[in-house]
Amino acid sequence: MLTLLFDGIAYGMLLFVLSLGLAVTMGLMNFINLAHGAFAMAGGYVLVVLMQQAGWPFLACLPAAFIVTAAAGALFERTLYRPMYGKPHLDQVLFSIGLTFMAVAAVDYVIGSQQQNVQLPDVFRHRFEFGTGAWQLGMGAYRLFIVVVCIGLALLLQALLSRTRFGSRLRAAVDDPRVAAGLGIPVNRVFLVTFAVGSGLAGLGGALGADILGLDPSFPLKFMVYFLIVCAVGGTSSITGPLVAALVLGIADVMGKYYAPKLGAFIVYVLMIAILLWRPQGLFTREGGR
Amino acid sequence: MNAQQKLRAPSRWRAWEIALWVLIWATPVVFAQHAALVNEIAILALFALSLDLILGYAGIVSLGHAAFFGVGAYGASLFAKHVMPDPLVGLVVGTVLGAVLGVLTSPMIVRGTDLTRLMVTMGIALVLLELANKFDNITGGADGLQGVVMGPVVVPFIGRFDFDLGARVASFYSLGVLFVAFLLLRRIVHSPLGISLQALRDNRLRVSAIGLSVQGRLAAVYTLGAALAGAAGALLAQTTGFASLDAFEFHRSADVMLALVIGGAGWLWGGLIGAIAFKVMHDLLSAFTPQYWTFWIGLFLVVLMLVGREKLFRPWTWWRRGSK
Repeated sequence: MLTLLFDGIAYGMLLFVLSLGLAVTMGLMNFINLAHGAFAMAGGYVLVVLMQQAGWPFLACLPAAFIVTAAAGALFERTLYRPMYGKPHLDQVLFSIGLTFMAVAAVDYVIGSQQQNVQLPDVFRHRFEFGTGAWQLGMGAYRLFIVVVCIGLALLLQALLSRTRFGSRLRAAVDDPRVAAGLGIPVNRVFLVTFAVGSGLAGLGGALGADILGLDPSFPLKFMVYFLIVCAVGGTSSITGPLVAALVLGIADVMGKYYAPKLGAFIVYVLMIAILLWRPQGLFTREGGR
Repeated sequence: MNAQQKLRAPSRWRAWEIALWVLIWATPVVFAQHAALVNEIAILALFALSLDLILGYAGIVSLGHAAFFGVGAYGASLFAKHVMPDPLVGLVVGTVLGAVLGVLTSPMIVRGTDLTRLMVTMGIALVLLELANKFDNITGGADGLQGVVMGPVVVPFIGRFDFDLGARVASFYSLGVLFVAFLLLRRIVHSPLGISLQALRDNRLRVSAIGLSVQGRLAAVYTLGAALAGAAGALLAQTTGFASLDAFEFHRSADVMLALVIGGAGWLWGGLIGAIAFKVMHDLLSAFTPQYWTFWIGLFLVVLMLVGREKLFRPWTWWRRGSK
């Protein structure tokens, strides 16, 4: 029971890191980026390629995954995404689906369609057990590592957003880009950096999750729905919203798969529709924001 | 030309429209060996037409239009299997089921933002996919619903036509349904209801300010679109004698959206032309690179969206400055 809860939390934390970048892009520039999963996949493949071809240690690959996908994100933002900001939502959706299709086919072509395995270091194979019976808590070391990393990231981002000058600029740009630009905030540059960091986080999440979520070229399409659920349910105006939504989604998914395997993702979708009917703007919305 | 004539002008049949329909009807005769492809195109065109009604005319974004398609497909094939094999009655059953689902889900799409609508429509299709997967004693689960035998199409005063392996009868049948739906929609979009829908798409606040019920109209058009999508699903199930989970899959919703966008949303020919272009492109590309054709579709989409349809399909404007 507790083990399941813990696995759910670890899964939710992964989803949080994966979808945070998407939430920020949606909240900031009102852009629905379905290609977000492609960046996550890119992170996962950077990890796999570096570990298998170049023989890098696992822990060194994680920052590399972040940096490479952040750079790719910055590049794409500058060249492809920026002209799409003013377009209608439907165009953005189709544009980013097109990018996703290209990413899926390209990875399939370059690396192959097989599932990739990640050789975790031996440290992470350990398993902690506490208690007995129904309340037994078994924690895989790797999942514990994920939870710790993700909590660290969440705290760091929260501090970044609320304490630094960049954070206040970002929040100003979220609330009203025109006024922010009028005050001399370089909205475009703020967004470039944010997009890059968001993509990098997705890449990091993809690398972290390669072992748990599995990694093959169809990854962006498989998990796109989950990222979108997190953003739609959590709302896109804060970090707390996506965090809570990701945790709920992770726990519901793991529990649902364990207790009612045949229902599968059914519970998750019904839950999402119910929440969206109840609060169409997402669970956590701020007054004053758009 | 006075104002009345000007307003009515778009509802008149043009010569090129009639000519196009004659060409479309001629295709199963001329390309008899490709009748199966013609059939598929006709079904996709009907499906795209139904999406055009709700997206192009009413402005409801939907990534879950496959929900109605799947319900129609399963409804028609279950009806043929357990009740009676007559295709026309089955078609009505599929259409009605699509409409019922449309009525039931329409309250969910009239609220919220575009993102909420995208998620809710997608969620509905996914829920139905999971349900169809779970109740595999009825739907056949992942194996699909097999062993559906269709009876002949009975057209009054003309005759009985058995479905053949070459799909000739199937293609005429689907084209016939598509034609009827096109005539019906053509009538509807030029009626006061259709015009109010376009006004509503452009500015909801103003439409409600002149005393029209926004929610009622949205629900009505959504139901109509759902019914037509159900008919398209029923056609697919009947002409292939097979219904599978594939009918509910996300890629089906995405494909029809693609087809519509290629043809252009907001006019009825968009669905038809888009379906033809999409299927032909799909066929050529998958013959060229069977595994990686999605790459080229993706590239096409990206370019189409970046450049804009207006500009892309008019090469003579590419190097002209300042013109849109």
